[in-house]
Amino acid sequence: MSVNKEDFRPVIVAFCCNWCSYAGADLAGSSRLAYPADVKIIRVPCSCRVNPMFILRAFEKGADGVILCGCHPGDCHYSTGNYYARRRMTMLFSMLDFIGVENGRTRVEWVSAAEGVKFSETMNSFVEKIRSLGPNVRLGDIRCKN
Amino acid sequence: MNKCEEIRLISGVNPLKCMKCGKCSASCPSYNEMDIKPHQFVSYVVSGNIEALLSSKSAEKCLACFACIERCPRGVEPGKLVDAARQLLVRQRNQSLLTPDEIPALLDEETPQQLLMAAFRKYRR
Amino acid sequence: MQRIGVFVCHCGSNIAATVDVEKVAQMALREQGVVHAEDYPYMCSEAGQSRIAAAIKEKGLTGIVVCSCSPRMHEATFRKCAETAGINPYMVEIANIREHCSWIHKDMTEATEKAVILMRAAVAKVHLNAPLQAGESKVTKRALVIGGGIAGIQTALDIAEAGYKVDIVEKTPSIGGRMSQLDKTFPTLDCSACILTPKMVEAAAHENITIHTYSEVEKVSGFVGNFTVDIRKKARYVDIAKCTGCGVCQEKCPSKKTPNEFNRGLNTRSAIYTPFAQAIPNVPVIDTEACIKFKTGKCGVCQKVCQAGAIDYTQKDEIITEQYGAIVVATGFDTIKLDKYGEYAYGQSKDVITSLELERVMNAAGPTKGHLERLSDGKHPKEIVFIQCVGSRCSDDRGKPYCSKICCMYTAKHAMLIRDKYPDVNVTVFYIDVRTPGKNFDEFYRRAVEEYGVNYIKGQVGKVIPQADGSLLVQGVDLLDQKQILKKADMVVLATAIEPNPDVRKIATMLTASIDTNNFLTEAHPKLRPVESPTAGVFLSGVCQGPKDIPETVAQAGAAAVKVIGLLAKDKLKTNPCTAQADELMCNGCSQCANVCPYGAISYEMKLINDHGIREERRIAVVNSALCQGCGACTVTCPSGAMDLKGFSNRQLLAEVDAICR
Repeated sequence: MSVNKEDFRPVIVAFCCNWCSYAGADLAGSSRLAYPADVKIIRVPCSCRVNPMFILRAFEKGADGVILCGCHPGDCHYSTGNYYARRRMTMLFSMLDFIGVENGRTRVEWVSAAEGVKFSETMNSFVEKIRSLGPNVRLGDIRCKN
Repeated sequence: MNKCEEIRLISGVNPLKCMKCGKCSASCPSYNEMDIKPHQFVSYVVSGNIEALLSSKSAEKCLACFACIERCPRGVEPGKLVDAARQLLVRQRNQSLLTPDEIPALLDEETPQQLLMAAFRKYRR
Repeated sequence: MQRIGVFVCHCGSNIAATVDVEKVAQMALREQGVVHAEDYPYMCSEAGQSRIAAAIKEKGLTGIVVCSCSPRMHEATFRKCAETAGINPYMVEIANIREHCSWIHKDMTEATEKAVILMRAAVAKVHLNAPLQAGESKVTKRALVIGGGIAGIQTALDIAEAGYKVDIVEKTPSIGGRMSQLDKTFPTLDCSACILTPKMVEAAAHENITIHTYSEVEKVSGFVGNFTVDIRKKARYVDIAKCTGCGVCQEKCPSKKTPNEFNRGLNTRSAIYTPFAQAIPNVPVIDTEACIKFKTGKCGVCQKVCQAGAIDYTQKDEIITEQYGAIVVATGFDTIKLDKYGEYAYGQSKDVITSLELERVMNAAGPTKGHLERLSDGKHPKEIVFIQCVGSRCSDDRGKPYCSKICCMYTAKHAMLIRDKYPDVNVTVFYIDVRTPGKNFDEFYRRAVEEYGVNYIKGQVGKVIPQADGSLLVQGVDLLDQKQILKKADMVVLATAIEPNPDVRKIATMLTASIDTNNFLTEAHPKLRPVESPTAGVFLSGVCQGPKDIPETVAQAGAAAVKVIGLLAKDKLKTNPCTAQADELMCNGCSQCANVCPYGAISYEMKLINDHGIREERRIAVVNSALCQGCGACTVTCPSGAMDLKGFSNRQLLAEVDAICR
């Protein structure tokens, strides 16, 4: 299976916490700061709600990249949620890297409700990175393929 | 590429960041020698009046002291535009005053590169 | 099996211009369980909502997906609409196809494709939604105001007048804030103290207001309606109940060399001090770093001279714990440090001062008793230069990128006051833009120019050079006359940028209120909810939210008070029903969830469980839904997967992932 890099439209799942990053994405929208349509956002109450299982499932179902956005350290709406997320993701991402899902496909980024620009820039650079990495083939469940 | 784009490319300056405060001109030690003042360099590039810049004597009067670059509150760096105008002039005259392979030998780690470039173009005639 | 209705909003042309809304509706009908789909210009309108209600009744819908703007905007609207039409409000999901789609994409095919995927994810989630019931929590009918400046005082007065108890916590020994340091106020030129002190007295005397000065908020826990706050009351070493405010201790104190903060360090004060004459409370504090008694153990003069016996060197910091229903942040501002602006010679010459320092110089209670004089030699200046935008509108790391908003007006005020009192003094103002929007503001500035002869020059100052004769050489530019200016001045006044009080970061973290890149607190909505923080129950008043002048601060303080009153007027609040819940059959009582819960909402109890016929007593996690805020930390921590979050369950989120990756 070879995919022309120009035609490659990655599937990217972005988990955004309701209080900072989802609002940051809203601000990016209302400020009309474009980023590729490949990014699809899932709203979660806090970055600590994201179970590593969700990310594994995304890769299994054919996602090419997964990004988790939360409040800046110290600014978590629930005080400490993003610290848990950071630890969990550090573990998960190193494990994923070990089994061949490159570190570039996974990312944790802190985006506050006031950082529409940062949200858009982050998504642009993440999509660019995924495009350069090409489709994810390591974890894809072949039973999901046609 | 037109001259306006070229001067922006050479300098790496985005003149649209300018808020027209004039601090560059206020800081410039060569202000009275210049026919086009540092802040006007920025607005001339915005309005595309490059011919006037190239025919002005200001580029030769700049001391490359960086006062305008240091003090600009918006990070516009007008001094770099002055230098870019100089360079554009040199290119137009199709002169190469220094070959690229001569440069490394002349470099000193302490010397700001832009100062070197400014000095080369002014004095190695 | 759910019967789902999908409603696609055009939002006028906001969505419809880039997303083929009809196609999204058509595609929705292909999704499993979707029995109704339609598009409409404005779903949030009365007519749009009645279409949803009608469809619920006619088609017997059990779940709703609205493809529209951000759920942060209209989720509540559509939930209410569903509830009115007879289904549980939590059976509504929003697909955000405006902020996350139509507004950021230009290509119609691409945007429509994405909108369809977002719709699918929402449909997949709704399939697994369950009706949820919001619980209730009580409201503590008492408010806390952090900061005792004009913003805090006004907020507290307005809340107290409505009949609710309110506490002010102020870090310094007196309330009054920045406004108490000002000499006159624009645009009316009335004396700042004359309009502020009556308010301070009113606050102090009000039966509903308790003032904690020389105190700081130490810890905040709880949530809207039920905050628990620890307040550190720093030791004053003076008994408030006994002190009569006679001031003898300050006169007799032998340690008088401490820079006077109230006068911006322009003169000195004693170690035992009240910041200013009208201080409230009029009770001094002992600065232990300056006090000889505390440093060497020998002195005790203040104790000897105090006839009321109010001095108590053994006092200790005291921590009190109070309950509040709402918290208002009114922490105010300070001017930025100018150490990165060497070109203005601030710190090199005593005659280069900030505008706030000039306020003290002009003030009768200030270091010069209100006489305009050079701080270096006490001479009367003849030539004064004002420099605008010092540190404001700077995109580099030396200053602040925003406009400080108040400087144009106070500079015009200073210029006018000086010209009025000392007509022999020439006043020159170097400006970039004069920004004077506001009622009677531009007229005020024009008066400075036209009636008082203040010389306004369009152009910045590049450098201030202190001369050997003690004067200052100001090198600037006149952009309109096209000439560089070298002006000899006796005094230079810098309109220094303002920044939020540095303590605000600590306070925001305690309150989990968000803060922007400039350390201003973020409002819940920049236009429609300007005095509320995104954290429920936390409100914003004054400059902590963004630069503003006194009239605006007072207006915002009133607005914040109204929001607080609206909250305290309720007896009960509906709690968020999206709380965690443990599956009793799966829970093994390992306690890991309780360890990560930031609210202490999880406890354990022994429960008789019927596990597929095996009846036994097991240790089971139980979530107190009144305390749980629904972050979900426990759900991921749980090793057996017993803990799940209502409204954002594992299955719901996985369904969304599946729908997006399909």
